[in-house]
Amino acid sequence: MLRNLASRLVLIPAILFGLVTLLFLIFQLVPGDQATLAAGATATQAEIEAMRHQLGLDRPLLTQYLDHLFGLLRGDFGYSTLFRDNPLPHILERVPATLALTTGAILLTVVIGIPAGVLAAATRDRAPDMAISGCVIALLSIPNFWLGMVLIAALSVRLHLLPSFGFTGAASLVMPVLALAARLIAIIARLVRALIIEELGKPYVRTARAKGLGESTVLWGHVLPNALVPTMTAIGLEAGYLLGGSVVVERLFAWPGIGDLLISAISVRDYTLVLGITVLFALGFMLLNLAVDLLCVVANPRLRDA
Amino acid sequence: MPEALLKETLAQTFPASRRPRNRNLAIGAALVILFAITALAGSAIAPYDPTSQDLLALLEPASAAHWLGTDEIGRDILSRILAGTRITMTIALAPVALAGLLGIAIGMLAGYLGGAVDRTLGALIELMMTVPELVLAIAVVAVAGASPEGLIIAITASSAPRLARLIRSRIRELREEDYVSAAAVLGLPLWRILCLHLLPNAVSLIVVQLSLLAGQAVLIGSALGFLGLGVQPPAPEWGSMLGGSRQYIEIAPHVVIAPGLAIAALVFAFNTLGDGLRDRLDPNLRR
Repeated sequence: MLRNLASRLVLIPAILFGLVTLLFLIFQLVPGDQATLAAGATATQAEIEAMRHQLGLDRPLLTQYLDHLFGLLRGDFGYSTLFRDNPLPHILERVPATLALTTGAILLTVVIGIPAGVLAAATRDRAPDMAISGCVIALLSIPNFWLGMVLIAALSVRLHLLPSFGFTGAASLVMPVLALAARLIAIIARLVRALIIEELGKPYVRTARAKGLGESTVLWGHVLPNALVPTMTAIGLEAGYLLGGSVVVERLFAWPGIGDLLISAISVRDYTLVLGITVLFALGFMLLNLAVDLLCVVANPRLRDA
Repeated sequence: MPEALLKETLAQTFPASRRPRNRNLAIGAALVILFAITALAGSAIAPYDPTSQDLLALLEPASAAHWLGTDEIGRDILSRILAGTRITMTIALAPVALAGLLGIAIGMLAGYLGGAVDRTLGALIELMMTVPELVLAIAVVAVAGASPEGLIIAITASSAPRLARLIRSRIRELREEDYVSAAAVLGLPLWRILCLHLLPNAVSLIVVQLSLLAGQAVLIGSALGFLGLGVQPPAPEWGSMLGGSRQYIEIAPHVVIAPGLAIAALVFAFNTLGDGLRDRLDPNLRR
């Protein structure tokens, strides 16, 4: 497993290289001329040509591609028409806000989703299970941006409890994190419920009960730890949803993260910036998955030799 | 496994009609059919023209004349939702069909042929799956254009890789079966082995996944619509209705309630159908 993780770490640069190549080719298909966009609406033909030369867009495609690729290695993400500059510092500046949002959502999932799943499994087919399973089905159907709007209407507009947009301290984290985490909470609660129900049928549970342990000790001390590794793996796989969902949630709450920047980049057709952000999202996704798998190895020593 | 034995015994003892009913399948299928009828009937059953504005009735709450109220330029929200069913379902189901075809073709070729074909296609799949689904859809729609066609391309591109990977691993399992080796030894042409021997055994997996994918596609499509990257106004796609009305949430919350519930109901219908199909067709996959 550890060797497997190391080889995946080595593969990351290769994957990023492939991704940059793919995106670079795809963005060549975009209608419209980047030089015209960069020069501005009032530019003359000569100014557009000067801009084209300045941006290097008059060079052969292969030269442009290699230049872009080696630029990325040096931390030069190219010329962003939105910032009129190398966009990397501007992107990095917004990373903490997105990290806060996604980390908050993962924490909330662990704190709410796992106990809810355990509770549902322990009260299988009785009232608490019915209520939790009903919530799970509802949360899996509701779009996160709509949940966010309902939260704004209820908590900001009606009750004046929380700020409805932007970042103005810890309170402004509450609604975006809730909107983003809801779906993941539902997925994890459903998974934990199924895992625990399966574990409850195993012989070690009978042994634990037979030696007189209380039901809650059996459940939280013996059964839950055995369900944690697949749960963590699932959270890692759903990190893709979290990163994608953060784009929508950031837009709704005017949250100053990279997802919000991605939409701004697209609305001004700044494909250099779009490429940079997409690659960064992919890198974040891969690192998150690696981190989760590493945690699994820490949690389950049996995986170390495998 | 005693549980499997018990199930088998039960199935033999009781005829199909006496077995416990599959409630998910019934509810999901009924709802999807209901939505499909609404999509076909579309604006014919809408009480008002979905694009006609009534500037004397802006942002009105629900009333006898407008059951779900009116939006910011006085359009009847119920009519827009009814008329928008067709476009919302089209941009979800067209990608499901396309991603299904792509996923089946790529997954079966990679899974059955193995070797260099598998390595190439597998690398492409892995590459596309390193980008979060919605981010990939956003990047593709930026190129393909904010139109129904662009959306369909974007949702197809973002959902096909996962499907292809699932089908590929199923086919790799099936390839080891004796009847497949027998077919290959008999010298049957590739298409016959793929379509007549492998596909029928992967079909339950595919049907279940496509149904669950439909729910995902509704969510992605409406999210893009909400971001203004999807179907452009005045077309009454539910996600873009939410995007257009969101600034009025403070003075007239009713404008965002109905379109959101419509999206949730459609996603619920597809998810429930998918769960029901899984219970029916593929008991091993039950979670």
